[in-house]
Amino acid sequence: MTTGVRVVLVVLYVLLAPLIGALLAGIDRKISARMQRRVGPPVLQPMYDVIKLLKKQVIAVDRSQGFLIVSYMILTIITGCLFFAGVDVLMVFFIMSTSSVFLYLAAVVTGSPMSTMGALRELVQDMAIEPALLFSAVGFYLATGSFEVESIIGEPVSAIAKMPGFFAAFIFVLTIKMRKSPFDTAQSTHAHQELVKGITTEMGAKNLAYFEITEWYETVLMLAVVAMYIINSHPTSIIVAVAVILIVYFLEILIDNTCARVKWKDMLILSWIVTLICAGVNLILLMVI
Amino acid sequence: MANVKRSPWILHYDGSSCNGCDIEVLASMTPVYDAERLGVENTGDPMQADIFLITGGINSQTAPVVKQLYDQMPRPKVVVAVGICACTGGVFKDAYNIRGGADTVIPVDIYVPGCAARPQAIIDGIIRARELFQKRSEEHDALMKEKKRERRQA
Repeated sequence: MTTGVRVVLVVLYVLLAPLIGALLAGIDRKISARMQRRVGPPVLQPMYDVIKLLKKQVIAVDRSQGFLIVSYMILTIITGCLFFAGVDVLMVFFIMSTSSVFLYLAAVVTGSPMSTMGALRELVQDMAIEPALLFSAVGFYLATGSFEVESIIGEPVSAIAKMPGFFAAFIFVLTIKMRKSPFDTAQSTHAHQELVKGITTEMGAKNLAYFEITEWYETVLMLAVVAMYIINSHPTSIIVAVAVILIVYFLEILIDNTCARVKWKDMLILSWIVTLICAGVNLILLMVI
Repeated sequence: MANVKRSPWILHYDGSSCNGCDIEVLASMTPVYDAERLGVENTGDPMQADIFLITGGINSQTAPVVKQLYDQMPRPKVVVAVGICACTGGVFKDAYNIRGGADTVIPVDIYVPGCAARPQAIIDGIIRARELFQKRSEEHDALMKEKKRERRQA
């Protein structure tokens, strides 16, 4: 990839990711509604929500919350930019976990018990996600001999051929990362209101809008990592990658609509077991062969 | 001009209702009546809500709570009184502990009568409330613009 292509990809990510993310979220809500045999909101509903939130009066318990939320958003965008610039996967995953610390701080700084509990659960979710993410970075290195996104997708054979276990573990933690139903302990978009609104309880107006926009960026980034498993030097693999992304997204919606929420302990244990079995066995095989 | 009425988020609070209206409010959110097709979301969080659905008459214990919830909601906001008790106090009007309808504590914009109010009536109330919400939002925007201009001149 030349520098020009990289710049174009990064600019496209910054401009288009929120649009794609919002559309996916809208389609998600529509499909969920159809699964429950109802009409559901319009596909552009997430955008309407965010536009409304941006126009509302800002009430913040602590003024620093705005700064922390914006930091969370900017760091997440930087993570995505790094990924689309084709640099180190390990670096991308590390910066991603740094950004979620800012989200934690933005929730804790208000002192609200619901928000703090949600934030603590967010940390547990990060703990559940992190091993699978790091394992997949190691897996990419063992399978392709490089941490660089550019060389991973430049291989003649797709990475998934050598690392199906890592892929399974990644898809499993994707459910946690996308805040889907069995694992939406920190914050839920549905009417499961055990902690009011969890980590976003004390976020209103602009701050919640930034949170939503960051979610869209993050969704696109995570789906791009899914694509990284599929894409190889052959151009048609990009079409296959898009198909796989859509299938994965549909699967997440299906899981979201058919599972009841689990306790945070079960989530942690389950995700670590799946990571250890799927990614661990795959890792041993890659190291032996 | 953005259409904020497409996204009315709801906060539902039970003043001192017999739960009849609350069941109907929740029924209007379920797949059968599907208020979400209008963009409605049941937030349960005053910081994120636009429309305050209040059921039941107000007594001395719930009066400060209702007032606080109303104050915690960011502008622009709309209040809908659901059920006859929230409108006027209903059959409990003369009870020693009841102050009357929700409008004895906070300004109520839309009244949805009924005992219990039917889901269709509640959704109709929400639709009227979101029209008002749109109007208030435009007023709020104009006010903010004016304030900004004043600040710039000062």
